[in-house]
Amino acid sequence: MSGASSAVARRIEAHLARRRRWRAIEIVFWLAALGTILAFPSRAALINEIVIAGLFALSLDLILGLAGIVSLGQAAFLGVGAYAAAILASKDLGDPTLGLAVGALAAGALGFVTAPLLLRGADLARLMVTLGVSLMLGELANRSAWLTGGADGLNFSMSPVLGLFPIGFTGQRNAALYSFVVLFVLFALARRLRQSPFGLALAAIRENRLRAGALGIATGWRIVAIYTVSAAYAGAAGALLAQTTQIVSLDLFDFHRSADGLLMLIIGGAGYLYGGIIGAAMFIVLRDVISAATPEYWEFWIGLLLVALVLVGRERLRDIVLSRAALVWPKAAGRGAA
Amino acid sequence: MSRPALEARGLMKQFGALLATDSVSFALQPGARQALIGPNGAGKTTLINLLTGVIKPTEGHVVLNGQDVTAVSASERVRLGLSRTFQINQLFPHLTPIESLGLAISERNRSGADFWRVAGTRAAIVAEIEDLITRFGLEADMDVPTHRLAYGKQRLLEIALALATRPRVLLLDEPAAGVPEEERQDILAALAALPAEVAILLIEHDMDLVFTFATRISVLVAGRLLTEGDPETIAKDERVRAVYLGEDGHG
Repeated sequence: MSGASSAVARRIEAHLARRRRWRAIEIVFWLAALGTILAFPSRAALINEIVIAGLFALSLDLILGLAGIVSLGQAAFLGVGAYAAAILASKDLGDPTLGLAVGALAAGALGFVTAPLLLRGADLARLMVTLGVSLMLGELANRSAWLTGGADGLNFSMSPVLGLFPIGFTGQRNAALYSFVVLFVLFALARRLRQSPFGLALAAIRENRLRAGALGIATGWRIVAIYTVSAAYAGAAGALLAQTTQIVSLDLFDFHRSADGLLMLIIGGAGYLYGGIIGAAMFIVLRDVISAATPEYWEFWIGLLLVALVLVGRERLRDIVLSRAALVWPKAAGRGAA
Repeated sequence: MSRPALEARGLMKQFGALLATDSVSFALQPGARQALIGPNGAGKTTLINLLTGVIKPTEGHVVLNGQDVTAVSASERVRLGLSRTFQINQLFPHLTPIESLGLAISERNRSGADFWRVAGTRAAIVAEIEDLITRFGLEADMDVPTHRLAYGKQRLLEIALALATRPRVLLLDEPAAGVPEEERQDILAALAALPAEVAILLIEHDMDLVFTFATRISVLVAGRLLTEGDPETIAKDERVRAVYLGEDGHG
């Protein structure tokens, strides 16, 4: 029976490796994103904002989508990463890539220190704890005016990336490309992490924490680990935001930053890593388009979309769209569903 | 007699005014096939939770292979060789049996925290997944999300997962609960085929299953061990008949 059993082994290998290869649609996604930056230099600032918001929403996906940990305080890490990069830049220290690394590390360290607070209690407790931490940090930044500029924030100029590519108002396309490269590298890392045994263990914790523990998984430490990584990702997003806009202010710690990130992730869909980026693009483009028409009421439409997504469900919404499409264009809809 | 695989020494658990477990002491020998029976509310679940470390005893000790593990966390006890199944399926609904078993195995050989290696690239782990899949007859469903499996298959996966931790002691909490008649044989066969060296404590209501499987039976009533003995002795014991067999009938 060795032939039959090795066939089983091959199926097992193939099954576990099924997400390893980059699928055509993923390659198209990244090429399209890159193409958009190159094709619309006049919209580089908007695209840069989308890329950074996408990275921020991706950081939330690492905890919510992979491990099932809810947070309303992700802005704390965005703010810490941004201020760390800004303080380095305002003291004229080093290349933007150094500021990026320092921002991510600072936020990651803060994530590591605060993660144990998430281990007790249920979702509501986590929402409150994460929110509380971000409120405290915002106030700390406000009170530490000697370092952060307080309510005035910090204005600074950036040296070119790697000494070659100026970013900022004269190099907005460079800025968008810089953010894009960082997003792509961090995304590829996250994608790898999701397929690793560590990623599988996170899925187990999300699906059934009781059983995960009964299999010997030290669930608490895994949660601390992914929360730390998530915080570092949010810190990287903050550093990029600071460097490419060359300004930081206390509003980075605001509740609405955390809430927007969560909105983007939910709009795009949690758990498959692309959701945050897609949601960020939809959110910011919608805001841009609708606010051009009705500057005061654009959030109404975002709210409507969110209610529809949550109540109707993403799958059903997609099925409705596909079944309508099938009436018009049967072949394509069939492919989309498969 | 060799050192017991698992020992309870004077376990007590007090929930407010309720004494759920009252000075329970017993020993499970290596390779034992022991059953724990008792009417509803006898405290069987509490006792399992005490043994596995889900709750801490008010008094007494749990000793695993000679080591006092009373203060050791539940997940660390699993790594020390004490595993369990659940009366109500505790599976990962959206993971497939392959993924569930793979993560249990990785966890056991301490590669569960690897964040860079792609899962499924270690031949030894794949071979072990294969072994468990074929042993429990899950080939047809192995790459389907667990929530789509037939209930009996889910019960089998429940046992396979516990076995993937390579336990020296395995606590089976009503493995046949709710399994339809036509799938029962699969469960019985799986239980009969469990590795001989693993000490097994079976908690079960199904008397047919208890009497086919166990060579030793402990009877728990109102948090206390009423008696312990081989199946024939237990079947004849008037007190047991009174509190348990008489009340529930046979099977």
